Amino acid sequence: MFTPEILASALSFISQGTRKTKYGVQARARAYRRTGNGTVTMIYSRVLRETHRVNMKKYDAIVIGAGHNGLTNAAFLAKAGLDVLVLEKNEYIGGATASRELHEGWMYSNCSYVCSLFRPEIYQALDLGEHGLEVVPLQGSTTFKQDGDYFGSYHQPAVRRREIARHSKRDADASIRFDADLMKWCRLVRGFLLRTPPDPASLKIRDAMEFAYLLKSFYRLTESQIYEFIRFFTMSIAEYLEEYFESDAILAHFSGGSIIGTGLGVYSPGTAYVLLHHAMGDVDGNIGSWGFARGGMGSVSKAIASSFQSMGGEIRTQADVQQILVKGRQATGVVLDSGEEVYAGVVVSNLDAKRTFLNIMARKDLPDELYRRASNFKIRGSSGKLNIALDGMPQFPALPIGSPLTLGHMHFTDTLERLERAYDDWKDDCWSRDPYVDTLIPTQYDPTMSPAGKHMMSVFVQYCPVEVEGGWTDAKRDAFGETVINQIASYSPNFKDLILHAEVRTPREIEAEVGLTEGNIFQGELTLDQLMFNRPFPGYAQYRGPVKNMYMCGSSTHPGGGVMGAPGANAAREILLDMGRENTTPEDFGDD
Amino acid sequence: MTRSVVIVGAGHNGLICAAYLAKSGYEVTVLEARDRVGGGASTVSFADGYSVSGLAHILHSLSSKVCRELNLAGSGLEAGPPVDTISLDRQGQHLTLGANTVTGDGVSQKDVEAYRDFKKEFRTYAAALDPLMMNKPPRLKDMDSQDKFTLAKIGWKLRFGLGAKSMREFLRVGGINIYDVLNEIFDNETLKGAIALDAVLGHHMGPRTPNTVLTYLHRVRGENQGLQTLPPGGMGQVTQAISDAAHGFGASIRPGEKVKRILVNDGKASGVELFSGEQLHADIVVSNADAKTTFLDLVGTGELDAMFAHRVNKTRTRGTVAKVYIALRELPQFRDLSPAQLGQRLLVVPDMRYLEHAFNHAKYGEFSQAPVLEITIPSIADPSLAPAGHHVMSVSASYAPYELKDGWEQQRTVFMDNVIALIGEYAPGFEQLVVDKEILTPVDIETEYGLTGGHWHQGEMTIDQSFMMRPVHGSAQYDTPVEGLFLCGATAHPGGNVTGIPGHNAAQRILKIQGEPG
Repeated sequence: MFTPEILASALSFISQGTRKTKYGVQARARAYRRTGNGTVTMIYSRVLRETHRVNMKKYDAIVIGAGHNGLTNAAFLAKAGLDVLVLEKNEYIGGATASRELHEGWMYSNCSYVCSLFRPEIYQALDLGEHGLEVVPLQGSTTFKQDGDYFGSYHQPAVRRREIARHSKRDADASIRFDADLMKWCRLVRGFLLRTPPDPASLKIRDAMEFAYLLKSFYRLTESQIYEFIRFFTMSIAEYLEEYFESDAILAHFSGGSIIGTGLGVYSPGTAYVLLHHAMGDVDGNIGSWGFARGGMGSVSKAIASSFQSMGGEIRTQADVQQILVKGRQATGVVLDSGEEVYAGVVVSNLDAKRTFLNIMARKDLPDELYRRASNFKIRGSSGKLNIALDGMPQFPALPIGSPLTLGHMHFTDTLERLERAYDDWKDDCWSRDPYVDTLIPTQYDPTMSPAGKHMMSVFVQYCPVEVEGGWTDAKRDAFGETVINQIASYSPNFKDLILHAEVRTPREIEAEVGLTEGNIFQGELTLDQLMFNRPFPGYAQYRGPVKNMYMCGSSTHPGGGVMGAPGANAAREILLDMGRENTTPEDFGDD
Repeated sequence: MTRSVVIVGAGHNGLICAAYLAKSGYEVTVLEARDRVGGGASTVSFADGYSVSGLAHILHSLSSKVCRELNLAGSGLEAGPPVDTISLDRQGQHLTLGANTVTGDGVSQKDVEAYRDFKKEFRTYAAALDPLMMNKPPRLKDMDSQDKFTLAKIGWKLRFGLGAKSMREFLRVGGINIYDVLNEIFDNETLKGAIALDAVLGHHMGPRTPNTVLTYLHRVRGENQGLQTLPPGGMGQVTQAISDAAHGFGASIRPGEKVKRILVNDGKASGVELFSGEQLHADIVVSNADAKTTFLDLVGTGELDAMFAHRVNKTRTRGTVAKVYIALRELPQFRDLSPAQLGQRLLVVPDMRYLEHAFNHAKYGEFSQAPVLEITIPSIADPSLAPAGHHVMSVSASYAPYELKDGWEQQRTVFMDNVIALIGEYAPGFEQLVVDKEILTPVDIETEYGLTGGHWHQGEMTIDQSFMMRPVHGSAQYDTPVEGLFLCGATAHPGGNVTGIPGHNAAQRILKIQGEPG
């Protein structure tokens, strides 16, 4: 029953609506121009301010978020000749791959801190060397023992075996088998990183071909190797290593890498695979070595951004995307928090799956199933980070004088039980009372990051919960930092005295600053329900969103977290395929 | 010419394998170390006049195909009335979980509906895996036609049986933990705890351990076979019926004969030697013992490839459950529990957090300070198990790890008393009713039943020890590197619980390789 009142309010609603459209603005501007008044231009711009500002330019693609994957994605799209705009909410680019001067004179890589996984194929395809990225391989790593001894892991094979033999002769023999096996799995898995995972439920030829490719790679292995690989993929890191080693410190040392960033313990099945995630890095072609970017991790994103801009790409910082605009089941652009609308043929989100679907997409644009999946997406943060400015180099009396081991990662957890108990604390929403820390002092390689003679220490901490009982407060955050500092100080007598400034980050701080939901560094846990064709959700693993022209390119997609660049490149390949453009993304180098 | 088979161990799987082979015309001898058949599924007397099921005390997974083909009902198998699961609550807000329904004061309508859908969905997944369960697990390379057929059937059932949506969901949850799955679906903490217990019972796993969806699927697959019951006469009656069936087909069953070793000549099994010194020669030897006992003790590493022996040695067999038998002078009074409810399967597992905390201890070689319990009082349905008016209670208590830091000798009574005190919190005055009690720690289970590590399922049922990797690759299709030696126990695919499937599959495999005799 249309009463006159309802009709009137409907009409006024419609007329308000048209004020916001481009057409409405232009119509008004034209009307002013007809008056012949000299102040037309001024009035026109006032109208623009009053109504919604509209960017007249339509881009080929918009990438939301200037994390390293977003930039990588944008660079490959620009390389194909597209007109690409990257929007970043912060005033600096890089997301979690950034270097920031948070204490005067000190540059912190305040989130990610090593670049082990970055694909060399991408490095080459985007000429990142030319754009200033220099990666220095790290030298070994150490685990300090409670009895005053240490275990050092060296790259040089003979030295490595000699050190392992110092703890257990049997383990030295086993290490040869271990290294060989690990290398084999690295090579196998590496081949899947720069590929789009096939959908097992799909009946399309492309998915069938992709499965055939996967099977072919497996069939290069012998039958028992296939089973060994499945075991490796499904076992816990502790049990996997216990098949090789017996020495507590060695077991703890090699297990640590598997729990970094995950909500699992060393005895949780499925963690052995995560070891690979960390051991897979290629630096100078050496599988298994970790690298450090000169100038901090920000150099990685800077180099990618520079490569992107050299191909005509545009980056806007302090541009916080409020929503992805969808019209007729098609993404058409984005609206920023300033109200400005920017249009594009393709919209790519570098945000994690939860933020993408629950924050910047309208509920009405999402199928129910996808909305449910996004709500249930497991993205519990489990890590904390300390960045510490030091007045000098801390001493570690356990190490021989002049030992090169301070150049690498340092850990202070020497048994599997201590690692597992750290996890038990996290399960109960407490930070680990005896945490696992991964410590690096990169200023030993790169003195430009701190004033002369001073140092910067990066301390990655596992585990730290998203929520502690009663909620995080600044006091609790500092108590968490204190726990970590005390642990390091018990192995380094002068450490506490050297501390000039410490930035303590729990998942709360990581989420607030970088925008990683719940502070999960991998944009979603790396468990079997969220890997490969399940990442981020079953049926959405091929980088395409629920509406046309909308894509995902963050670590929430295959192959997942780490400063790897692969999700960004893979998403670019799918976008270019849909647009019928030439593929600019690299293939896997293949072996050796 | 009739061909002879010796089967080592008269557990339910050994007996089922014996029955199938005898039915096909083999001359079968089953040797059992204990003085009765049944292994873990037998009835024992622990105090004067009180009897109880030895290890397994609820029948919930026995394959209906096996029952039918061996006509076990004709041999006297009586399943007994079905029992529900009741999860006890300290305040008396107990939950009753049936196959499809959940009832209780604290449970919302939303959870009731979610439970029905959840069970239906999981039963479809379990059914889709049936071709994998009832056949030898296919090899992944050099498959024979049967393997290819099995794989094709699974693929078909997943894609077209379940449909794209359910298949995707199955592939998503299949490899993860029950904790996350239940949290997505349910609100009620007690309900989640009760379901999670089914996923971890007998395993060295907590609800947050990845893999527990898989173990839960095994449980649900059992439900697909029929009901959950307390068989009258205890589990011994079930295995006695299988034994009688095997005997009826002509198998000879010899309890009290402990096998010392499996004889191997030129890489081929030729028979067994008993502790009595007697040697029995046979064309085929089948072991119902677990992989470690079979290969490392009975065959001996000298006959094996070093890497194979290493793999067997590294299989994980850490038992986590202790059994407590309690003789009672009268029925205990649980708070707000009717006498009819008392005869059901009772659980003490308030929520998943409690369960996970109980498991935490097991990781460090401690027993749970607050254990989780599965309780039955079989004498309610079958009064013959106890003297008139008296009752027996059988409790599976987790977690009680095999490797206890302080050793079980000093700690066994401490743990048993903890369990009894815990029951007392739900049933006031319980301690005063106890006439007699006994505990079987995993160490006792190993000694008494010959299960390495006291592990209920003859080896952890994790993905890396399942399917074509159970117990280890190279012997996952029931045949072993020793020609003529086969595995038929829970150590082989598809694993533990009283299913009878390993025995069934092993018999099929033997018939396939060795052919029908005569």
